[in-house]
Amino acid sequence: MAIFRDLNPIEHDRSVEDRRRHRQLVEKSIKKNLADIISEESIIGESKNKKIKIPIRGLKEYQFIYGNNSSGVSSGSGNEKRGDKIGSAEKRSGKGNQGAGDQEGEDIYETEVTIEDVINYLFEDLDLPDFDKNKLSEIISQSSKKKSGYQRKGIPPRLAKKRSMVEKIKRRQSMKKTQREEHLEEENTGRVPFIEDDLRYQRIKETKERESNAVVLCIMDVSGSMDQIRKYLARSFFFLLHQFIKIKYFDVEIIFIAHSTTAMEVSEKEFFHKGESGGTYISSGYKKALEIIEQRYSPEKWNIYAFHVSDGENWEQDNNEAVKYAKALCSLCNLFAFAEVMPSPYYKGSLIKIFSDEIKADNYTVVSIVNKEDLWPSLKKILKKEYEAG
Amino acid sequence: MKYDLSQIQGWSEKIEIIAHRAGLDYYPQEFELVNYEDMLSYEAYIGMPSRYPHWSFGKSYEKLKTLYQYNLTGLPYEMVINSDPCIAYLMKDNTLLLQILTIAHVYGHNDFFKNNRLFTEETEAEYTLEMFKSHARTIKSFINDPSIGYEKVERILDAAHALKLQTPRVAGEKKRSQEDLKKSLMEDYYQKASQRSILEPYREEMPPDINKIPLQPEEDLLLFIIKYGKLEDWENSILEIVRSETRYFIPQIETKVMNEGWASFWHYEILKELDLPSALYLEFIKRHNEVVRPITGQLNPYYLGFEMIKDLMRVHGKEKIFEVRACERDESFLRRYLTQELCQKLNLFEYVKKENEYFVENVPDDDGWKSIRNTLCKFVGMSGVPLIQATDFSAKDGTLTLEHVFDGRELEKTYAEQTLKYIADIWKRKVVLKTKINNTEQQILAITGDI
Repeated sequence: MAIFRDLNPIEHDRSVEDRRRHRQLVEKSIKKNLADIISEESIIGESKNKKIKIPIRGLKEYQFIYGNNSSGVSSGSGNEKRGDKIGSAEKRSGKGNQGAGDQEGEDIYETEVTIEDVINYLFEDLDLPDFDKNKLSEIISQSSKKKSGYQRKGIPPRLAKKRSMVEKIKRRQSMKKTQREEHLEEENTGRVPFIEDDLRYQRIKETKERESNAVVLCIMDVSGSMDQIRKYLARSFFFLLHQFIKIKYFDVEIIFIAHSTTAMEVSEKEFFHKGESGGTYISSGYKKALEIIEQRYSPEKWNIYAFHVSDGENWEQDNNEAVKYAKALCSLCNLFAFAEVMPSPYYKGSLIKIFSDEIKADNYTVVSIVNKEDLWPSLKKILKKEYEAG
Repeated sequence: MKYDLSQIQGWSEKIEIIAHRAGLDYYPQEFELVNYEDMLSYEAYIGMPSRYPHWSFGKSYEKLKTLYQYNLTGLPYEMVINSDPCIAYLMKDNTLLLQILTIAHVYGHNDFFKNNRLFTEETEAEYTLEMFKSHARTIKSFINDPSIGYEKVERILDAAHALKLQTPRVAGEKKRSQEDLKKSLMEDYYQKASQRSILEPYREEMPPDINKIPLQPEEDLLLFIIKYGKLEDWENSILEIVRSETRYFIPQIETKVMNEGWASFWHYEILKELDLPSALYLEFIKRHNEVVRPITGQLNPYYLGFEMIKDLMRVHGKEKIFEVRACERDESFLRRYLTQELCQKLNLFEYVKKENEYFVENVPDDDGWKSIRNTLCKFVGMSGVPLIQATDFSAKDGTLTLEHVFDGRELEKTYAEQTLKYIADIWKRKVVLKTKINNTEQQILAITGDI
């Protein structure tokens, strides 16, 4: 005779610890791979929900398993013929034995995170004191005045003529109605004049708007010395900064400025793919940036961020100009950062040194990126600056 | 529950009477009714009420939960463990009919556990629960030991899990002693050296190196590492724990098709005899068909096993199916009893992968059905796990050489590389794996500290 036990739910969920540990390992693995993710994905300008595949190391339960060239048996409809194509590797789930079917499901939930997730992890990794990204987006900028309803008192310029007229008509109609009800002879009242009670004024509400506009000026040196690897680093750098700024503001525009000895505003594609040759006048890039700010992005209305990436080579006679314009940019921008990527060993006059000596503005920062591992600490440095600045 | 316990008990009694009359021979049966969350937990821990802590169980819990949440897989009806008394979990949320069907199904498994050769030879059902409990206790004691701690234990467990299926795969195999092996190697040599044919040119026979480790290729990798590795005692005892738990699970891996087929066959037979009220009967037919339905593009072991046992019963009678359930495992079962007619009836076909696309390779006609059967045999049970043997332990620098016994199927390279890192991590010296990829010999290497 079988024994039956009606068990009460187990009070202590015993899987809690193992689940916690699992999640911890997942996050650890993602964070460990962040440097790779941010420097390898060409994701600038992509939508927020793009899934990034991240190989999560410690989480696969590695064993010796069979790989690619395997065959298998499965049930079908009975109409299969030799040589029929039955699907491609990406779509197929089961492979006849119990092991293979599971793996794909595993991949789905383990290896894909959205850019938003990545950014969250980045924030976490930043480890800033009291850092709350939601707070950032509540910065109040200018207030605007909007009409919102009517009121009885007001100043003459806000007199709502139409509405006052309506009030007058209403009053006249109700007067007539009362007369009818009281069986009074309808007096020909003639013209009913406006009285004080009829007058209505616009109500004006002051709304405080959240700071909403920001423009990111990506300035890059595209002279001959900026090769693909440097551009790659630059691209990751710009992309990530853009992501952070997007969190803070609703509407972010990006401007790409490419410069060698002269500067040009270019499209994103040209920015990253067009190669140029020749020397470098860094000042030309800054000048262009100042021009654009002056024409389109008034600092009163826009939050301006300027990031400049260069390999640090500049014609010496341009240095003074460059410093001058950099200072001008500092005075207009919320944040201005200069990143030197993989400085050439042959070039001695380090711009970084000149810049840091000359420019003392609070919202100015310089970083040096030698390889992709430096990307992350550099970003941290810049974002800390941004945080301190408010 | 829209029914009470006594109702289930009533049906269970009737089921047991029919099962007994049909000749099923089972351990005493115990059922535990649990709710959905606890069922998930039991499933993640493969039914055991206590197991050692490891993140892989947490992962499996999350995965199951996700699968159920998105309805990617049906909820489990039951969970049954091979123990004496046999313990099965029933989920409270299930309908009365599902409980009845499950109870009958469980008696099928129970009989299989008690009688199949693999289970009787490889597992000790009366100690199952105690074994898992004591393993959990041991590992927890290492975790609580201030000189060891969670992370060190986890590291060994990670490596042990990577290797857990690299164990002897033949049930009831006896190991020859080292002395015995040395003796027979020397005998072989003397025989070869003395019985040279005079017609062949003289070739000096090299005496065997009887100090070589291992004398013969060793497929029990965990055992090999325990024996020749440089691990501490507590580390070795973790490897031993994982090794012996695998031994408990291997019969289940090796008999998935038969075991499910057998249980499905019996729940079907028993419920037909139960005089179910017609509403329940209709639900029974519906549920049964769900369980044993073919899944296009996959192979449902319930379906394959059920149809095969049914066919055996029809052709050879009851005595035969009882004999088969006692002696066979999936591979031999399929090789012997999967006929061309069955392949046709089940619409089986063989596929191959060519450059990321799958093509039908064989259909069950006169030319193709044997290939279908043979391929299937290559993937069931432990045949689906690549065979890796330890072939050399260098006396000079301690390098461990492993060889993949190549049968035409390639190893998944990333997995092989990562697994090798785990081995190097506990071997603490260099590890080399010889295998074949794209028809060329390849060596994969790992040194300690790679992880």
